[in-house]
Amino acid sequence: MSLLSASAEAAPKGRLQLSGLPRLARRHPLVFIGGGLLALLIILALAAPLYASDPLNLYPFKRLQPLSAEMWLGSDNLGRDVFARTAFGARISLLVGLTSAASTVLTGLLVGIIAGYNRRFDSIAMRIMDGLMSIPTILLALALVSLTGAGIGILIVAITITHTPGTARLVRSVVLGVRERPYVEAALCGGARLPKVLWRHILPSTIPALMIQSANLCASAIMTEAGLSFLGVGVPPEIPSWGNMISSSRLYLPIAPWSVFAPGICLAVTVLAVNLLGDGLRDLFDPRATRRR
Amino acid sequence: MNGQLLKVENLTKHYPLGTGFLNKTVPVVRAVEDVSFSVEAGETLCIVGESGCGKSTVARLLMRLVEPTGGRVLIDGTDIAGLKTHELRASRRRMQMVFQDPYSSLNPRLTAGQIITEPVENFERLSRKQRQALAADLLRKVGMRPGMMHRFPSEFSGGQRQRLGIARALALQPSLIIADEAVSALDVSVQAQILNLLLDLQQEMGLAFVFISHDLGVVEHIGHRVAVMYLGRIVELAPCEALFANPVHPYTEALIAAAPVPDPTRVRLEVPVEGEVPSPVNPPSGCAFHPRCPLAVDRCRIEVPPLVPMADGRVVACHVRAPAADTSGRPVAAASSSLTVG
Repeated sequence: MSLLSASAEAAPKGRLQLSGLPRLARRHPLVFIGGGLLALLIILALAAPLYASDPLNLYPFKRLQPLSAEMWLGSDNLGRDVFARTAFGARISLLVGLTSAASTVLTGLLVGIIAGYNRRFDSIAMRIMDGLMSIPTILLALALVSLTGAGIGILIVAITITHTPGTARLVRSVVLGVRERPYVEAALCGGARLPKVLWRHILPSTIPALMIQSANLCASAIMTEAGLSFLGVGVPPEIPSWGNMISSSRLYLPIAPWSVFAPGICLAVTVLAVNLLGDGLRDLFDPRATRRR
Repeated sequence: MNGQLLKVENLTKHYPLGTGFLNKTVPVVRAVEDVSFSVEAGETLCIVGESGCGKSTVARLLMRLVEPTGGRVLIDGTDIAGLKTHELRASRRRMQMVFQDPYSSLNPRLTAGQIITEPVENFERLSRKQRQALAADLLRKVGMRPGMMHRFPSEFSGGQRQRLGIARALALQPSLIIADEAVSALDVSVQAQILNLLLDLQQEMGLAFVFISHDLGVVEHIGHRVAVMYLGRIVELAPCEALFANPVHPYTEALIAAAPVPDPTRVRLEVPVEGEVPSPVNPPSGCAFHPRCPLAVDRCRIEVPPLVPMADGRVVACHVRAPAADTSGRPVAAASSSLTVG
């Protein structure tokens, strides 16, 4: 926050001083576009019952219909409305994608930062991470489901556990590089406590890498959910998610491409939005990039 | 307190090479070996030496950025090596450091104001107004405009950045500042400005400096006393004028002879010093300088020369030029180069 206010005070005089959203849009258009797109997708997902019909309705006589006034995005192999399923599918896909990305980044950040700073913890935690890294997500999810039963929660837990090691290693490598920087030593000389050094001088350096990582995680979590749902581990096949729509309709790609394209494009837009937001936030935390605008 | 601000006794730092998990004996880098000196209030002690002689390690040991292998660092009589983390924080107020590289020693994500006021904020809460007043005050002290506090380090020149580094070191009003090659990354004209700033601050605030440098011209300009290091040890510690006018240790002599002098008519002393600095992993026996020393005698190869006090207040570690007290217990005060001990 202080970063924003400080740069605003130093802005050239005579230029219109904007505040709030318009200023964000001007100074950091990527944050604005990416964040806006993501917010729009989330609103559309939440508001699905208001504008889309029931995604579970079957119309056996209208299978694989092309786009029409009645069914805007056509129908799939069971005669279900692709538009309605895409709208409702956004709920599960976004939930799984965003939650797993957020929880993976948080656990990875925590483990990575402590490991980067504490040798003893490092040697233990990184061996555990190596072990976790060797577990395939799908296998872990199947094992967890056999213990507790299928559900989105289990899915998110499985994705988080198997993706944390990569994120932790990424953070650790950044921390190892930054902790020897003279400005970190200068902070210690100035009498800063370790938590403050970590928070103020080390954490911000990990953000650029984490932003890119979280965008990737989000996309890969959405696709992993598809694969797991396909195996019956995630959501049941009649409940739509972009992932299971793509996987169940891919057989009909030559005759009914719309049934794959609709969720596919939504998925691509989501990943794009997350990536734009990630890039924008990275610039926001990099003073050299922000000042040149 | 008798004016003695900092006292360093037998400071030693060995860096192990590798972890020694299976093979018990690990080779060590003897970065700093048995270094002792003291600094009085308001005084500038310079430490000079070639790259890799342990100057910077001494600075880091003084700040306890690295843990010493042995020896003591006393600030106002308190040994900082034994302090717990919170006690160490309190001792930070007495002693601050200016870093070599003005680019990497400032966090690029913070504004100048945030950087220079941070040390104070580690100890007390400041309101926004107080913080700004403090930042303005510190900036003025180092000759910068208060309006610059909102800028980021990337908007400053090297000299300005180093001024910020100095402002940050001044924030806690320390009595001692350790400057580790504080001007060697700067242009010569900027070096002069920064050195004069440091001298002004010393006069104004009674600061003591431990000034680490490899540039003898700089050292001659600002030093009160000079310690010459070679391979982790102090070989000569003398008042500045005396050292430059009459170097006793052959290494000091060679170092001064090698420094460029802006006077083409001056005849330069030819001191033949050959070879490279030996590795601190496996230093030569006896006097570490003996393989390169033109005066070396047999004793130099066997026995480490102790620091022997001389008549003009300097201490020198050399068997030839400053032989240690014999059984009579009386130090030999004359610098005689022909004297050999059998």
